[in-house]
Amino acid sequence: MAAIEPMEQFLVHKVVPIEFPVPGLGMVDVSITNSVIFMMIAASLICLFFFTAAKRALVPGRGQALAEMMYGMVDGVLTGGIIGDRGRPFLPFVFTLFLMIATLNLIGLAPGGFTVTSQLAVTGTLAVMTFLTVLVVGFARNGLGFFKLFWPSGMHPAMSAFLLPIELISFLIRPFTLALRLFGNMLGGHVVVYIFASFVIGLGVWGLHGVGLNNLGLLGSGLAFLMVVALTALDFVIAVIQAFVWAALTCVYLNEVVNLDHGH
Amino acid sequence: MDAQAAKYIGAGLAMTGLIGAGAGLGILFGNYLQAAIRNPAAAAGERTYLFLGMALAETMGLFGLVMGLLILFS
Repeated sequence: MAAIEPMEQFLVHKVVPIEFPVPGLGMVDVSITNSVIFMMIAASLICLFFFTAAKRALVPGRGQALAEMMYGMVDGVLTGGIIGDRGRPFLPFVFTLFLMIATLNLIGLAPGGFTVTSQLAVTGTLAVMTFLTVLVVGFARNGLGFFKLFWPSGMHPAMSAFLLPIELISFLIRPFTLALRLFGNMLGGHVVVYIFASFVIGLGVWGLHGVGLNNLGLLGSGLAFLMVVALTALDFVIAVIQAFVWAALTCVYLNEVVNLDHGH
Repeated sequence: MDAQAAKYIGAGLAMTGLIGAGAGLGILFGNYLQAAIRNPAAAAGERTYLFLGMALAETMGLFGLVMGLLILFS
């Protein structure tokens, strides 16, 4: 029986090795890995979907209706609902983040698929990008008034020694929590499915070759299989919810800096 | 007890952080459902905050997962 390696599915390996020396940096590795391939698949799927769906028909077909529904959801619930009218400029950014993360999560669930979002490097990069966007927008909109963000309204100045460090830390920890949430959910979901799938085979083999009460292993194998089906269904829900949560948190963070003086 | 065994026990103990996340999620969704049944008209508007709260509650549990991974693989 093959060894049970729950973490093996997350290994990144090079498919097309590309390495070349760059003056001042040494060897630069831009190899095409399985992670890169699945990212390209996701990007082309999104582009393909929107090029075929966006026919601008007066009566939308299935694809166009789905595309309009997703766009309307992000516009109405996320940027419109959380940020308000000033959130309209951020709609493309939030919509792209939502679609990319959702697609990466979903194609990772396909058999043989590689979950790009289970790599901390990928989620970390996305989180830093989101965080820098919030910082840049905050300073561009408010100038040095950006630092009012760390001064809760109505705070007594004597409390500032306690509250300012807390506000500052809770602001600086955001990219870490964003990255860890997606990474942990994807890693956890896939590992749990893998472990239950290994129960199906392990208990099944034990039940087939055993005598007497050992045959109960077949029952356990069947139960584990039902569990795999249920967990896979749950993973599909989580894949979309995590993309939604990322987009919603991006909107909440943007809302704080965009509507700093209004208290929306 | 050798160091490897202590590592595994520690990683398992680190996952007890998920108790809090589970309790938090239960409280969150239970209270949301209660409120949604009492006032179904207002339920849709609060769903965004439901998912936000879910994300924040979950993060605390995932810190436990990270500690477990750190203990196992470092």
